[in-house]
Amino acid sequence: MIDLLRARLRQGYRTQPFPPATNPLPERFRGLPVISSGPCAESCQTCMEACPTGAITTDGGVKLDLGKCLFCSACAEACPEGKILFSQDYALASTSREALVLNGEGIRPKVEALQGEMKRLFGRSLKLRQVSAGGCNGCEADLNVLSTVGFDLGRFGIQFVASPRHADGIVVTGPVTRNMASALRATYDAIPAPKLVILVGACALSGGTFAGSPAVAGMPTDIPVDLYIPGCPPHPLTILDGLLRLLGRLGK
Amino acid sequence: MSGSCKAMANGTAVVVGDVSVQPMPAFRSSVLEEGARGGRLVSLFPMEGPDGTLLFAFVAQDAMGTVALFAGALGSERTYPALTAQWPQAQAFERDLWENGGITPEGHPWLKPLCFPSLRSGQTIPADYRYFAAEGEEVHEVAVGPVHAGIIEPGHFRFQCHGEEVLHLEIQLGFQHRGAEGLLRNAPAPRRLTTAESIAGDSVVAHTTAFALVEEALAGAPVPARAHALRAVALELERLANHAGDLGALAGDVGYLPAASFFGRLRGDFLNLTQGLCGNRFGRGLVIPGGVRFDADPGWIDGTLKALTVLRRDMEDTAGLLFGSASVQNRFEGTGILYKDTAELLGVVGPAARASGCGRDVRQDHPAGYYRFAQVPPQMLASGDVYARAMVRWLEIQQSLRFLEDNLPSLPSGFLRVEAGTRQPGRIAVALVEGWRGETVHAAATDASGDLAAYKVTDPSIHNWMGLAMAMRGGAISDFPLCNKSFNLSYAGHDR
Repeated sequence: MIDLLRARLRQGYRTQPFPPATNPLPERFRGLPVISSGPCAESCQTCMEACPTGAITTDGGVKLDLGKCLFCSACAEACPEGKILFSQDYALASTSREALVLNGEGIRPKVEALQGEMKRLFGRSLKLRQVSAGGCNGCEADLNVLSTVGFDLGRFGIQFVASPRHADGIVVTGPVTRNMASALRATYDAIPAPKLVILVGACALSGGTFAGSPAVAGMPTDIPVDLYIPGCPPHPLTILDGLLRLLGRLGK
Repeated sequence: MSGSCKAMANGTAVVVGDVSVQPMPAFRSSVLEEGARGGRLVSLFPMEGPDGTLLFAFVAQDAMGTVALFAGALGSERTYPALTAQWPQAQAFERDLWENGGITPEGHPWLKPLCFPSLRSGQTIPADYRYFAAEGEEVHEVAVGPVHAGIIEPGHFRFQCHGEEVLHLEIQLGFQHRGAEGLLRNAPAPRRLTTAESIAGDSVVAHTTAFALVEEALAGAPVPARAHALRAVALELERLANHAGDLGALAGDVGYLPAASFFGRLRGDFLNLTQGLCGNRFGRGLVIPGGVRFDADPGWIDGTLKALTVLRRDMEDTAGLLFGSASVQNRFEGTGILYKDTAELLGVVGPAARASGCGRDVRQDHPAGYYRFAQVPPQMLASGDVYARAMVRWLEIQQSLRFLEDNLPSLPSGFLRVEAGTRQPGRIAVALVEGWRGETVHAAATDASGDLAAYKVTDPSIHNWMGLAMAMRGGAISDFPLCNKSFNLSYAGHDR
């Protein structure tokens, strides 16, 4: 017992304030891409060719779809003019899928906070059921980490629960394999309405690196999505930021 | 050794034409002979070519530090007598051959689809599949999954129980099957790399290193020493993060919360060191064919060495709490025993094998890259229970800390990367990497134009899931979460 107390004292209080006073992410962290506006050199497509997932188009200026982006920065490395840079900005979540397609002209991911009845129901207490549908355990790991002492998701009234029947919403990771399609549907159906649907990671948003694979069914198009959280995997701060913005818990 | 095989070193390629192709009966008997001499099956896959189908088997000869490559000519009937009947460690490979390659290993004792891939049959995992069932008075069945109670990958567990006692556990995987091997063979280069990163998202460095070694061997690329060293640094950080996380999860599963929360936090600190190096907590973006993309600058090295001093102290404190607690020891000891002969029979790898007294570790037996210069002897225990699997992790944590402390101050200088170059035609290559979960194998072969004619991934979980099923026999069903966590196998890595 005395050793336990000594260890606890040595390690100290470890829960990080959120939002953090200063961005804690290192220089090499790849967050929100910044695209310089203006035309590229004629017929230059090096960024497009370097991209593993077809997230970039170059018709009429560079457009980058964060829903497909794996944040590998191969495009930034390939561009001869340095038109794409990855910032340390971790706020990537969006309630609009369209707002994830950046064009260098002011479009950026945007979260519209829940309003009215939804805000009243979920704003101070949100129980989520997670389903991994082909996730590689990257997104799953960074969702799990939110419940550790460092991020302490519980202090915000958000909790991952064991049964869909206890949940207010579903968090989906992975590209939705054919073999998981029916289990995902059954879990979604078991959650009582009204319910939230949150997609985490490039695979859930677009198939990611597995898009178009014959073994992948993809996220069913008839399930309405309330929040998109891009990344491969999204940093825990990105997920936390998105959840709290959705609940209207961050002042901005 | 006979002339029937080609002895290869880890991370090298040979000319396919130099491998003697045997008729199937001879292929089968020479592979089985190698197994009887202590060889381990690390990969088994077909290659379709203009002259028919070849079956390649890579058998690790740990004592010699070589991997023997055998080739068999499969007839147009696409059947052969199964290896599994005599050599159980072939079971998953042959089931994969059957469902993905349309090849029938005749006499396989359990020819059940491994993943129910929708690729060939269009069929997903059937809801009415008839699992192995025990019968008798008071025998009951428990079904768990594919969706589990926590944030966990999907898989289905079907227990046959008599009271608390587990008579049999059948593990149904395949829910995570994404067709990764198809993409690794056919997709454009940038997407092949990101697919290799996503085979198992907690083993990014292990899989990308094996992927890169195969590409480099096929192209004959001279990889700089500094790149090899940085891959090893990232691989040991990956091991530290995952082993720390596993000890925390084991503590959580027996209700010892102080160690669960301390280790949970420490795991994140190791991930953050990786993030400082390459911008991603899991090491994505670091390893590429030809080298690495990010350098360890002096600032990162100094910062990491300082951080490791504190991390070592906190890890020692926390491990002391965990292993010093009588109630924890009571739950760990004697639970979920995997006996050495079972582990040998199934070809179990990684910490799970070493905890059952099987002294295998790629870093020692088949060193490639930087491990040729830095020795990492295997850490072993004999009891094969949850305690042994936890203790092996703690011993390996200390070893990895020492590895970083010893090697970070004196990394070789030089370039970070070279052009990987184009693949040579008609070659076959194999790479083994000791990831935190165990032996991670990639193998590939090129056709006459240098395009990939075969690509095979062996995650350590391919061998080890059956080990978990055997460790549960005769145990209590309430011990399953603890046993499962002590193996902590990858669903995605198994299903690919």
